[in-house]
Amino acid sequence: MNHVRLKLTDLQKRYNRRTIFQQIGADVTGPGSLAIVGRNGSGKSTLAKIIAGVLSPTSGSVHLEVGGSEIKREVRHRSIGFVAPYLTLYDEFTAVENIVILESMRNGRAPAQADVEAWLEEMGLAARRHERVGTFSSGMKQRVKYATALIHRPALLILDEPTANLDEDGARFVEKVVQRQSGSGIVVVATNESHEAAWCRSRIELGTR
Amino acid sequence: MLDLARIAAVVRKDVRSELRNRYSINALAMFVVTAVATILFALRSESPGPASLSGMYWVVVFFSAMSGLARVFVSEEERGTALTLQLTTSSGVLFAGKLAVNVALTMLLTAAVTALYLIAFPTFVLRTPETFLLTVIFGSIGFASASTILAAIIAKANSRGTLYPVLAFPVLIPLLMTVMSATERALEGEPLAAAAGDLQVLVGYCLIMIAGSFLLFDFVWSE
Repeated sequence: MNHVRLKLTDLQKRYNRRTIFQQIGADVTGPGSLAIVGRNGSGKSTLAKIIAGVLSPTSGSVHLEVGGSEIKREVRHRSIGFVAPYLTLYDEFTAVENIVILESMRNGRAPAQADVEAWLEEMGLAARRHERVGTFSSGMKQRVKYATALIHRPALLILDEPTANLDEDGARFVEKVVQRQSGSGIVVVATNESHEAAWCRSRIELGTR
Repeated sequence: MLDLARIAAVVRKDVRSELRNRYSINALAMFVVTAVATILFALRSESPGPASLSGMYWVVVFFSAMSGLARVFVSEEERGTALTLQLTTSSGVLFAGKLAVNVALTMLLTAAVTALYLIAFPTFVLRTPETFLLTVIFGSIGFASASTILAAIIAKANSRGTLYPVLAFPVLIPLLMTVMSATERALEGEPLAAAAGDLQVLVGYCLIMIAGSFLLFDFVWSE
């Protein structure tokens, strides 16, 4: 894995007149991990989206570096994987189709069939890979999201409420993913759960100011 | 940087989704059939001239397009997949893909309306088919480009259904006036050279609308 660095500098987010968070900073060099913790409404998901580049901070900056090159916000999606319970897949497509279509849009080429099969096998979805995602439970959908987020081996993996909707097996799998990612790139975990935050080596606490 | 393979992937995704859900095609087909049938009932045995026919043709295309083209972005917002797209592809690639889908849909729409008009109205005779063909091609691209960026804007609004035609009408007035004029010339049998001015306006409209949309889209889509 290339050298990865995530640097957050003096981030602030305001909605109208309400300040969600301010003066948020961190500097993580991969292999590494970062937990974002805080009470409900403290802005964990907002910060995760800002790091992913889908929301702009009111002030401050996010700097992602992979292999010594800065990754601009417009192309950050190619270097990150993002999993969250509020992320939605295409219900009309099967698990395989969701993975292939989203990866084709991300990288301009379909992933190797063997990779797709391997990820679905690891997620425990091999038997239902050709069924439409609309028929899946929320936990199964969450597993497909992990496959779509991990198939391109992202330098930065962002997990918001990583074990939401998952059973014990799923939660163990997520812990394994976090360990694997924090050994090769950077993983950011936004969570309310103290045991999930403990998976990470550094942390940002929101809502303490 | 725009990447053709990624744009093609967005188009394939939308086409496959459309074939399974029929969000837009059903809306477009229903509107075309009911609008043409209503016009036929209203006219009874009257034979409208080229100016009326040209106007009625583009009125059907305009309102059908309003009922179907907004779906490219509205359905992503409604289903909650907009964030998934933001995390998967760049705004330039996404806009180009959605624009290509809407151009294809509009061309399909104009082909259907043309076929119905040729069957339903004996006076709808394409005396200068090359003028008509160029008008339909550039008109479709113009319609689709304006509709796509407006669809992205209204997808973020609460009152989507009513807002779309209200916003689209003033933006499409120059296009509507030009395509109606060029179509009338094609029906009257004027040579292609006579419609050169109209076609130049159409090409200019398409270029301005597409360039402006690419510049604006990231601001509309990102937050």
